[in-house]
Amino acid sequence: MPADRLTPTAPGEHSAARQGLADVPREPGAPKPDPILVADGIVRQFGGLTAVDVKHVEIQRGVITGLIGPNGAGKTTFFNLLTGFDRPDAGTWSFKGKGLNRVPAYKVARLGMVRTFQLTKVLSKLTVIENMRVGATGQRGEGLFSAMFAPLWRAQEAANTEKADALLERFLLIKKREDFAGSLSGGQRKLLEMARALMADPELVMLDEPMAGVNPALKQSLLGHVKSLRDEGRTVLFVEHDMDMVRDISDWVIVMAQGQVVAEGPPDSVMSNQAVIDAYLGSHHDQDLSEDVEAEILAAAQAEIDAQHSGEHQEDHRG
Amino acid sequence: MDIVNLLGFSLQQALGPTAIIYCLAAIGLNVHFGYTGLLNFGQAGFMLVAGYSIGGAVTIFSSSLLVGAVVGILLCVVLALLLGVPTLRLRADYLAIVTIAAAEIIRQTIGAASFSDTFGGQDGITDFIGGFRALNPYGDSVGIPGLVTWSAYDFWVMTVGWVVVALCCVLVWLLMRSPWGRVLKSIREDELAVRSLGKNVYSYKMQALVIGGVIGGFAGMMTSLRSAAVGPSFFATDVTFFAYTALLIGGAARVLGPVVGAIIFWFLINFVGQVFSSATGGTDPLIPSWIMDSNQASLTRFIIVGLGLMLLMIFRPQGIFGDRRELAIDAR
Repeated sequence: MPADRLTPTAPGEHSAARQGLADVPREPGAPKPDPILVADGIVRQFGGLTAVDVKHVEIQRGVITGLIGPNGAGKTTFFNLLTGFDRPDAGTWSFKGKGLNRVPAYKVARLGMVRTFQLTKVLSKLTVIENMRVGATGQRGEGLFSAMFAPLWRAQEAANTEKADALLERFLLIKKREDFAGSLSGGQRKLLEMARALMADPELVMLDEPMAGVNPALKQSLLGHVKSLRDEGRTVLFVEHDMDMVRDISDWVIVMAQGQVVAEGPPDSVMSNQAVIDAYLGSHHDQDLSEDVEAEILAAAQAEIDAQHSGEHQEDHRG
Repeated sequence: MDIVNLLGFSLQQALGPTAIIYCLAAIGLNVHFGYTGLLNFGQAGFMLVAGYSIGGAVTIFSSSLLVGAVVGILLCVVLALLLGVPTLRLRADYLAIVTIAAAEIIRQTIGAASFSDTFGGQDGITDFIGGFRALNPYGDSVGIPGLVTWSAYDFWVMTVGWVVVALCCVLVWLLMRSPWGRVLKSIREDELAVRSLGKNVYSYKMQALVIGGVIGGFAGMMTSLRSAAVGPSFFATDVTFFAYTALLIGGAARVLGPVVGAIIFWFLINFVGQVFSSATGGTDPLIPSWIMDSNQASLTRFIIVGLGLMLLMIFRPQGIFGDRRELAIDAR
């Protein structure tokens, strides 16, 4: 996909895409004015456990969307499903209006939706620059027969190398150009993975925990890099546990808990949302567990169990 | 013990037809294991299929060796597809299990008594080499007089064999310096990462399995030409492991690694074997028979070479051409 289809905006300027989010209702499954990714009724079960059960979710084009939630909420599984690394038991989802059901992962990547991994996957025994070159799509030299005739792919290779060098410069890895990727530090690997994903010129960059295991000094520079992706006109969807990062860079936040989307909205409104606080801290987090409160909770739980045993399937009123 | 004789014999073997067979088998395994990370433990299966093809083309179908060679290549492609389709989407271990089993299944089936009318049972097929012999341009034995000589036929097999080795090396070199080869090496490092970058990993692994299998098939054809016969016993499982040994001595994922590895491996096996057999043979052996008799001597070479391999893995695990820095990464 050519880069000129992206519409760059000056850093700090609020793009139309971000302003468009102002009128979006703050509720799970809210429709967006210009969605790049739409998912409907995605269900993934592992044996008896429903890991993901997302009714409807849309990702706005040209903004940074954060996907947060407590451990085991199904964020990474949802990521795997969207990118074709895993198949859902039910549901449909589309990228740029094209349905992605049963589309293999490598084709999803070619469509312009490239992901990174929670546990960084660099190609250890290849040099940094070779890692970058692998990322380029549509390479003529990757066909078995054209591979044997260097003149067929040499020019394209040179162009890819130039692009890779520019990206390495931008991600501060140019000094490591000829080193094995396996010799990089954890943070440098995260940078390399992000830079490599950009070799494919993706429209949607999916980052799975980009800050995991990165030291605070590098975090700031990584944050800058993620923002620069948006400023180039790309869409970013990321999974993260680091709340500072979520607050700092995301334009929109989707919260998952127990496989479902429980809240959506701009970072500030989401952080104060009762459903989100409950998901992270449990619904009794602000009560003192004094003896009488504890007894009260136990009594309530007992009553609930009794009610279920007597066959009355009542709604749960606890909120 | 005559050191010149000893060296001459070992050199004759190290550059001779048998070394070429291990060389080709190891080049194929280099494409599988060295570059792509596919654990093929059934290289002997590919060799057998191609070896029987050129023998069978003449004895069963009264056709020519050349037709047999083409059929052998095609059958190797088919075998690679059969092995790859069910296993290449799974973890690497499954391919290892399936290939080692398939190679034995093919070998036992083709050697079965029920097929002895066509495939000759355990005796195999003979008497198909006439056409190849007729093309032999050498009239007399060739070599360096006093040190090493090969019979005219052996030298003809060697000429063809080393040309095939050279062509395979050029092919591997051309492929592995290209973006195609880079994808293979990336798959060896991390399959998921390569998939996330838009490459069809399954298709690349299949291509690698086919190419390495066909090169293994060339090794099988050389086996038939060398012995002027094919039989099930030529393609036992240890052939595959000898080829792996040659590959590891030379260094995996290097174009010339398997070539040099095979020469050194076959030189050592013969040199050590010859040393012990001459030290235990004769009326007054150097090693008294209460330590080792001449029957035991022929097995001792495997013990000594095995010991040497262990030392190699300890002190130079990357092989002769390998890059130590690459292995240092694994240790992290």
